[in-house]
Amino acid sequence: MAIDLTITAPDVTTAAVAGRAARHRFVFLRNGKAITGVAILGFFAIIAIIGQFIAPYDPDTLGPDIMQPPSAAHWLGTTNLGQDILSQLLIGTRGVMIVGFAAGIIATILAIIIGVSAGYAGGVVDEVLSAVSNIFLVIPALPLIIIITGQLPGGGEVVISLVIAVTGWAWGSRILRAQTLSLRKRDFVEASRANGESIFRIIGFEILPNLTAIIVSSFIGTVTFAILSQITLAFIGVTSISEWNWGTILFWAQSNQALARGAWWWFVPAGLCIALLGMSLALINFGIDEFINPRLRSTGQNAKAMRRRGIVARIGFTPVVRKR
Amino acid sequence: MRFLARRFIFYVITAWAAITINFFIPRAMEGNPVDALLARYQGQVSPDAIRALTVLFGLDKNQSLWDQYVQYWQLLFSGNLGLSFTFFPTPVATVVQQSLPWTLGLVGLSTVISFFVGTLIGTAIGWKRGTWADGLLPVATFFSAVPYFWLGLLAIMLFSLTLKLLPAAQGYDPGLIPNLDFIFIGSVIQHGILPALTIVLSSIAGWMLGMRNMMVTVTSEDYVSVAQAKGLSERRIMFGYAARNAILPQISGFALSLGFIVSGTLVMEMVFSYPGIGFVLYQAVSAKDYPLMQGVFLVITLSVLVANIIADLVYTLLDPRTRQEG
Repeated sequence: MAIDLTITAPDVTTAAVAGRAARHRFVFLRNGKAITGVAILGFFAIIAIIGQFIAPYDPDTLGPDIMQPPSAAHWLGTTNLGQDILSQLLIGTRGVMIVGFAAGIIATILAIIIGVSAGYAGGVVDEVLSAVSNIFLVIPALPLIIIITGQLPGGGEVVISLVIAVTGWAWGSRILRAQTLSLRKRDFVEASRANGESIFRIIGFEILPNLTAIIVSSFIGTVTFAILSQITLAFIGVTSISEWNWGTILFWAQSNQALARGAWWWFVPAGLCIALLGMSLALINFGIDEFINPRLRSTGQNAKAMRRRGIVARIGFTPVVRKR
Repeated sequence: MRFLARRFIFYVITAWAAITINFFIPRAMEGNPVDALLARYQGQVSPDAIRALTVLFGLDKNQSLWDQYVQYWQLLFSGNLGLSFTFFPTPVATVVQQSLPWTLGLVGLSTVISFFVGTLIGTAIGWKRGTWADGLLPVATFFSAVPYFWLGLLAIMLFSLTLKLLPAAQGYDPGLIPNLDFIFIGSVIQHGILPALTIVLSSIAGWMLGMRNMMVTVTSEDYVSVAQAKGLSERRIMFGYAARNAILPQISGFALSLGFIVSGTLVMEMVFSYPGIGFVLYQAVSAKDYPLMQGVFLVITLSVLVANIIADLVYTLLDPRTRQEG
């Protein structure tokens, strides 16, 4: 990719970018961070689908090799009952992804409904809806999730996703409300209102398309929250300990003193997977952030290019990546 | 002062909402698990405690919901949160009272340290944008994505099991009797270092990234260019002009993300068997001790609210705009 760097005053570049808006639709995917993030996420998505078929062992089957460190037969070692950890990890990926994305989707829909109505309606409706989302933001989510799921009989993946979604929509709703508030007063919205367009058309065709980036970013943030919450719940044993996900592996490792026995292979891989997945989501969000806010662009490899040109990226300038 | 008054009203409403949620959750569930607990401990629970649990969990189905609600509030105002079954027959309020100082000390201190250090580092790397300092970003991203408790597990493995430098569990040496002498305090500090470091390490990245991004945004503002054109010293522009404005969203962010942080640190206590409220919650969950769970949730939420009020007060001190109106 022939990306060249030009340092210009912001107003000049916005005009230049606007002129080529059509070709820049997927500029977000040209961002190195976003590509890395999408690649890692894609990898885990594939594992979630095929994990079941490529797992070398049944994750529940007890084997003769007990507490084995990684070897050719068991790439990531075995548990104290001789279960294969790699298989548990591969099969557990699906649970993590399903709960993460299901909760993310439900929470984002809630956030859109509440945030956009609050921002668009204004007045008392706004006051009430904002207060509700602020309340949900301030109340610590994890203890709330724990007392709800702890008292629910069962506690399968669907229920967990629902509970996480109900407690995790507030952040997205807050951001969406702020953005809707600023969009509402723009000329194009005023114009369509003057044309007598219906409120659903204004929201659906004028406002929502302009919120796409923020919606995606809040969706990604919620998925991260959901994955971490779900894994934490599994780790402390609130949810079903027979359904495999990465948290369940850590739960068994912890309850069988894997630490004291020095069985690092039992809990290190699961944690690394969580960190990698979380990082991929964070990277995608950084990509979106830089897409929305050009001031944040130009980091990493760009820094070198700037130094070569003798430019100190500091004050008063907004460096913007421009494609020639 | 209008700002503070509005915030205060909001916190009162939030406290009411949390207490009401706490009231409705056990009533919304099918089949009441506390009934089973009471049956198991039959004869050992005093009539007073049974009455309290009846009110807390809505065991008496013949009462109207409103009557239950009124009685629930009366009970809370008398400081009665029911009976803990894990620590039978200690009242929930006593268990919480014993564990709360540990959490406030550990989580409070390490969160504040993490906020200050993270903001300071964020200021620096935001200022030095486009240099080697940007190399810290991917590292910070990684740490912000790692679950707190897993980092805790790694820390235990490395520092207490392999290097045998620091104790892995509990708040103080189990052989000691808690009192205010040097041996005990030393032991508390020794046991606190590892969990505190892990909390700082896992939460610092968020503050760093947030502050860095705000610094980058703020340094393109006109007033920063003006300050530079006036020939003020780098230091003065950095702290007096850029950081001073960049820190405001950081503080309102502190208030809002406190809920997330507290959630993470509670699990940290579980990993380190630290005698704080998170570990109590863990024990309550493992033993299906519902009165204790509900009580812990209530106390954690109220503590977070108090922390929020403090953050708001600091915000008012730092941002003159909030003081102008009214």
